[in-house]
Amino acid sequence: MLVAIRSQQAKNVRVHVPDGFFDAPTSIATGLIAAGAVGFSLQRANREIRETGPALAGLTAAFVFAVQMVNFPVGAGTSGHLLGGALAAALVGPWTAVLVMSTVLLVQGLLFADGGLTAIGTNITLMGLVTVLVGYFVTRALLQVLPRRTGSVVPAATVGALVSVPVAALCFTGLYAIGGAVDIPLGKLATAMVGWHILVGIGEAVITAAVLGAVVATRPDLVYAARHLQQDLVLVDADGNTSTVSPDKPIAAKPAGRSLGIGVAVTLIVAGGVSLFASAHPDGLEFVGAKLGFESAAKGSAVAGSPLADYGVSGIGNAQVSGALAGIIGVLVTIALGLAIAKVASLRKAS
Amino acid sequence: MSGDGLLVPVDSKVHRIPAQVKIVALFVFVLAVVSTPAAHFWAFALYAVLLAAAIVVAKLPLPVVSRRLAVETPFIVFALLLPFVATGPTFDVLGVQLSQSGVLGAWNVLAKGTLGVIAAILLSATTGPRELLAGLERLRLPSTLVAILSFMVRYLNVVSDDLHRMRIARESRGYVGGRAGHLKAVAGGVGALFVRSFERGERVHLAMQSRGYNGRMPLLGEVGATRAQWIEGLTISLVAVTVAVAARVVGL
Repeated sequence: MLVAIRSQQAKNVRVHVPDGFFDAPTSIATGLIAAGAVGFSLQRANREIRETGPALAGLTAAFVFAVQMVNFPVGAGTSGHLLGGALAAALVGPWTAVLVMSTVLLVQGLLFADGGLTAIGTNITLMGLVTVLVGYFVTRALLQVLPRRTGSVVPAATVGALVSVPVAALCFTGLYAIGGAVDIPLGKLATAMVGWHILVGIGEAVITAAVLGAVVATRPDLVYAARHLQQDLVLVDADGNTSTVSPDKPIAAKPAGRSLGIGVAVTLIVAGGVSLFASAHPDGLEFVGAKLGFESAAKGSAVAGSPLADYGVSGIGNAQVSGALAGIIGVLVTIALGLAIAKVASLRKAS
Repeated sequence: MSGDGLLVPVDSKVHRIPAQVKIVALFVFVLAVVSTPAAHFWAFALYAVLLAAAIVVAKLPLPVVSRRLAVETPFIVFALLLPFVATGPTFDVLGVQLSQSGVLGAWNVLAKGTLGVIAAILLSATTGPRELLAGLERLRLPSTLVAILSFMVRYLNVVSDDLHRMRIARESRGYVGGRAGHLKAVAGGVGALFVRSFERGERVHLAMQSRGYNGRMPLLGEVGATRAQWIEGLTISLVAVTVAVAARVVGL
């Protein structure tokens, strides 16, 4: 659960998952995911942090903390609050943003007793990792198709913010399916969570657009996601000769080989392991569908005959092993697709 | 909101325990609470007694603790909804169908959430931010993360005060209240706040570098914990673990 729109008490609006909401194994698992994500981000952000210093990330964290308490009028008489994941990702880049959001959540949990201690991992995973990465990658994907101008980052990040919040809510529902303390119909929970958080996401999108627009208007060079879009500076000397100066190149990312390998390995283990649990429960929508009698209609689905239909590998008897295999294959296919899309995109850029 | 967090500056036995011991103790305690099956009501009563004892030893005023419990409100609402939406066998209360597992689940969320928040209040009310950071460093948190955390804590007040001044300036120009047209004014201030924070971060880094900063703050004084302090600090948590094991394994 993320942030409630329209609360009278601005200071108590940050809603974090408390202790006891998920069972102990889920809390520990999300804690490990969060620790891995922070470690990975520290490694990836290392060069930036060595150059600009930890002060900058710390100040950005203080900024996010302060801004989460601001009441933004978002129209129709309501006011909203910012989560800030997508905004931070656009402003300082995804890896520093993961560190910034994790720092904010750690300080809120340890210093202000907001959110449970055993749930810090869950909170970091949902609000520090999912919102940041979803927001950033949607933003970058849209920047590929939008006009190559610094200003394009505003609509791109707006959509990123809009998408990031319901996705985080969906992840919350997924975690609840694995380790929720009480059995409630997952379909109902997913519908309620996603429905509500689409509203929250609209607020988040409006606020992100307004704030990012203000930064782009004054200091576009500070916006990480738009740094590669800066136009060359055209200089004209006294004789009328023109020359161009390119802006500072952003710090090149390290060759991703080893860390990418580790990331893929971790993802595979998590996907396989999580699927072991997940396969024991029917999918929420399917469950609702079965209850409402949609099941016969769903059988006609186009992929029903595909080898991965219903997230199990056909021809393997044991439901759990087959579910875990399906999870792993799903991740591999997703990575392959992602690499293919990235390749196509870079080819188009080069031509 | 002050940069000291919720610290209640009095001198007590709990205040004097090194921060790393308190962090570990809190974590062990909350983990014990979370892994206790919800139906063992006596175990939760014992946890509450343990926490109450710690609050008395820490000399914390009750209003501080109870006011802080307000962060839990949204989840109380969620918990109260559970008996109506959960599945499973139901029973009648005044003509309303309530789910048995839902009622137990509501109790589960309420009891564990409340105990967790009180335990976290106990930590944040007895430990200052600087001690907390030193404790995290002793617990081997990566030094870069500790550095980011310490800069955040150090500049929280500065950035909040910046924001406060901007709000006063904005409201004196007539942008008061929440009309939709005011979004641009509010967001403009926040955007300016980011630019200011970013530039301040760069300045602070350069200034500290020219004074010999290499990514770590020197620790003043010895902050290591003795064996006796570890035992003293972990007493309550170990009792809680015993209770949890008794509840789970023995099934009392």
